[in-house]
Amino acid sequence: MWQKLTSTESGRGLLMVGPPFLYALILMAFPLIAIFLFSFWTQDFMNLDMTFTLNNYREIIEKPIYGALLQRSLMVSGAVTVVTVLLAFPVAYFISFHVRPDRKSLWLFLITIPFWTSYLIRVFLWKVILGYNGVINTGLLNIGLIDEPLTFILYNVNAVIITLAHAFAPFAILPIFVALEKIDRSLLEASQDLGESKFMTFIRITLPLAMPGVVGAVLIVFIPTIGDYVTPELMGGAGGKLIANMIQTQFLALNNAPLGAALAIVAMLCVTAISLVFVLLNRRWLKGRS
Amino acid sequence: MSLRIYAICYLIFLYAPIVLLPLFAFNDATVIAFPLSGFTTDWFAELATNKSLHAAVKNSLFIAFTSALTSTLLGICAARAGAMHRFPLKAGIMGFIMLPLVLPEIIVAVSLLVVVVQIFDWGLSNWTIIAAHVLICTPFCIAILNGAFQNLDPSMEEAAMDLGESRFAAFRLVTLPLVMPGIISSMLIAFTISLDEFIIAFFLSGASPTMPVYIWGLLRFPASLPVVMALGTILVTLSIILLTIAELLRRRGMARAGVKDKGGFL
Repeated sequence: MWQKLTSTESGRGLLMVGPPFLYALILMAFPLIAIFLFSFWTQDFMNLDMTFTLNNYREIIEKPIYGALLQRSLMVSGAVTVVTVLLAFPVAYFISFHVRPDRKSLWLFLITIPFWTSYLIRVFLWKVILGYNGVINTGLLNIGLIDEPLTFILYNVNAVIITLAHAFAPFAILPIFVALEKIDRSLLEASQDLGESKFMTFIRITLPLAMPGVVGAVLIVFIPTIGDYVTPELMGGAGGKLIANMIQTQFLALNNAPLGAALAIVAMLCVTAISLVFVLLNRRWLKGRS
Repeated sequence: MSLRIYAICYLIFLYAPIVLLPLFAFNDATVIAFPLSGFTTDWFAELATNKSLHAAVKNSLFIAFTSALTSTLLGICAARAGAMHRFPLKAGIMGFIMLPLVLPEIIVAVSLLVVVVQIFDWGLSNWTIIAAHVLICTPFCIAILNGAFQNLDPSMEEAAMDLGESRFAAFRLVTLPLVMPGIISSMLIAFTISLDEFIIAFFLSGASPTMPVYIWGLLRFPASLPVVMALGTILVTLSIILLTIAELLRRRGMARAGVKDKGGFL
């Protein structure tokens, strides 16, 4: 067996990829299966009742708070995704098409740096920027644009969206940049030689070819944002809590892990379903054009 | 031209929160708000005497170092397999290993919590955090190491083996020096991710908190906020230094492997 593995090309490849694969299997796939099973059980104080039941899911459907939280979370994730990708596209386009090749990695480096620096403190600093005595309010008061501090920018859903859009910015720029870099520049010249305007060339050539990157950016922003509870906790106030806060509460404060597990499963299913629909629609749109 | 202005505004938006950090860290007031009142280094002095913070930092450093080492080792295996071997189900297996990149962190946290506490009843410790951090760091390590392994010519190792070296010696003597900058860069990135990670650590930490978990506790007390600003300033400076080293090494690695630099970590 060992001999067979080490002597063939594909055997050596499998042997090489084995450790990371097993690690992901044991620490990701099995726990995911476990949490799925868990969502069909019930917890009674310290005892775990392992009889199969759909009660957790029934509770999620029947109590309006869970549906409302889930809906709000999906709205926030969707809004964050739209804002992030729309803001990021021009930056990625600028770096790919207008920056000298030897300066590109410097720009990308500058964009990724804030992403790696203390997440908690970054979120907190948005509170300092948007707060009652914050940077924006003092600034606007000083130049006389407003008479009283603005209050609609902190402790609500808007604040959560701004902060998350800031946190996920590099995640959106990088995939779009990679897709734009792959575009054969002579296609653009050909299009303009054949009489298309610059704008139409962008719409008919650049944008469709950049679409895989945009899809990547959408997925890599949309899916993880559903799991963030730091930003809604610090920025959302009473009306800005999201599904992740509820999952956290069920697990840590209320000690009801099965219900928390069911909520996590439902949230994951919703996000995956929406992502799949998005990918399929996009594929059909691209096909319809060619 | 207008695109350039937009891109620069975007950079300002990205850096706005970080620029505020040192302003408040050196500000002589207990409230984090404008106007600034005066210069002080008291908050930094307070950091030096805080025993429980020191314990949290020590914990975090241990977790980050162990996670960085393990995830880079796993990353080397995956990147090498991806770049230099052909095997069945390759795309599926590689995609599976990269999956933690898009998995929401809270899902990773609660599923491991359930397994460790409810199913095995092992209790939480630094090792549970390390296990989870290795999982989420590995895809980043692979992304960085791919750049180093991708255009490596497999015939160089074959040449060494033809000349009588064993397979492992060929790897150690030929490939390893070429990908070394990438390996160090990958370790630095994994170290930075683990050091800064909060969501998972909050669920999986045992009796001794990590640094981000400790900071989270401080954020609830307005009186301790200036100290958090001082700590943040140090952390940001440190991660910028680490990242700059990582980036320089990554570029050198690309140059050694003879690849044109296509930018970025991811």
